[in-house]
Amino acid sequence: MTVLPYLVAAWIFLVGVYGLATSRDLVHAVGCLAVAQSSTYVLLLSVGYRHGGTAPVFSDVKPGVTVVDPVVQALALTDVVVGATVTALLLALVVQTAKRFGTTDPDELFALRG
Amino acid sequence: MSRRARLCVLAAGLLATAALLVAAVLRVPSFGGPWHPYGDRAVEAALRRNTANTVSAVNFDQRAFDTLGEESILFASVLGTVVLLRRTEDERTSEPRPVSVPATMRRYGIAALPVTLLVGLYVIAHGQLSPGGGFQGGVVVATAFHLLYVAIDYPALKRVRAVGLYEIGDALGEAAYVLTGVGGLLAGAAYLANVLPYGTFNTLASGGTVPLLNAAVGVEVASAVVVLLARFLSQALEIEGGRE
Amino acid sequence: MADPAVDDVLIVASLLFVAAAATAAVLNRDPARQAVVLSLLGLGLAVLFTVLQAPDVGLSQLGVGSALTPLMILLTVRKVRRQRERRDGERHGGKRRG
Repeated sequence: MTVLPYLVAAWIFLVGVYGLATSRDLVHAVGCLAVAQSSTYVLLLSVGYRHGGTAPVFSDVKPGVTVVDPVVQALALTDVVVGATVTALLLALVVQTAKRFGTTDPDELFALRG
Repeated sequence: MSRRARLCVLAAGLLATAALLVAAVLRVPSFGGPWHPYGDRAVEAALRRNTANTVSAVNFDQRAFDTLGEESILFASVLGTVVLLRRTEDERTSEPRPVSVPATMRRYGIAALPVTLLVGLYVIAHGQLSPGGGFQGGVVVATAFHLLYVAIDYPALKRVRAVGLYEIGDALGEAAYVLTGVGGLLAGAAYLANVLPYGTFNTLASGGTVPLLNAAVGVEVASAVVVLLARFLSQALEIEGGRE
Repeated sequence: MADPAVDDVLIVASLLFVAAAATAAVLNRDPARQAVVLSLLGLGLAVLFTVLQAPDVGLSQLGVGSALTPLMILLTVRKVRRQRERRDGERHGGKRRG
């Protein structure tokens, strides 16, 4: 239990990179990148967790109560949304590739370029 | 390089990375431990400035400059997507065929729209008090409009949503964030310093500049998501042709 | 959630679900099906973040991971398929479909 969350984060990262490298379709590759990216959120929030802590929001608990680390949460939260717009940019590039070359298979694209 | 050789290189890289990650993980402070020096200080600072949601305090007060950077990445990627997915001269648009949606889906979809919109606005407005804020609420508000596409059809969504306005909204949100930061300079403090009165703890007008920056981000994210989905929808449903 | 044992069970269960969903998302080679698995992964991550006492991040992940990203992927798949059908149609000298 003491290292399981970190190991899960490492697994998600590795499996995402594996998918990215062996992908036969650029759309699928972008999806794998999103998977690899989500590993960073799991890692950050695991680092910030504290046994017995509640969410770091004091609208309904008294100041002084044990809470989990808000800094890592702030880092993860902005990146979730910003990461989605970067995914959109990558998908837009894939759409352009499909328009120009009529395929989204990296191997075929490599063959076309020669 | 042949496919087989590439796989061997990949396997070597993945195994080495895995070994390093496991070695690192075993030396990290164990999961759920009590030692969080940054977290404790961030909570203290947030409470000193009357911001109940400490995550918002970190984002829009203590690390406001970092959030400006994040916002700019968001702005730049939306700009890039808009440029890449615009209709080129040799492409033409065709009207998508009208589709019939089951009556129940239409009814519940339309009923869910105002509720979703309200929830999104609530989440943005209460960002400094309860879980939520501009980033989360913005996404909810933007997806609420797209219930029209699910419940009725694409032309209905297009009639209600004028993309041009949202492109302006995206820029205005970014500009409002930058200008609120300049307010700190004008008050004789640092850029993006929290110079407004901190207000009463646990009320809507608490946290100084936090609610303002939060609202600016809400406008930007909501507009950005509407613009992004509009570009993808029009590419997938309307635009045809182009050079080979 | 007062009982620490219940917390631990929930955390371990959602961690295992997220790991399985991530693996499934990578192994699904068809992008349209991958989008569906990705939205499941988004949902699992939102639950995990909530039990890790991060409701702010959970909300964010719920909107983005389970709706926005899969929708954009599906729309891209549709566009790419139309483009490919058009190319194949022209290559065989036939009339363009769809």
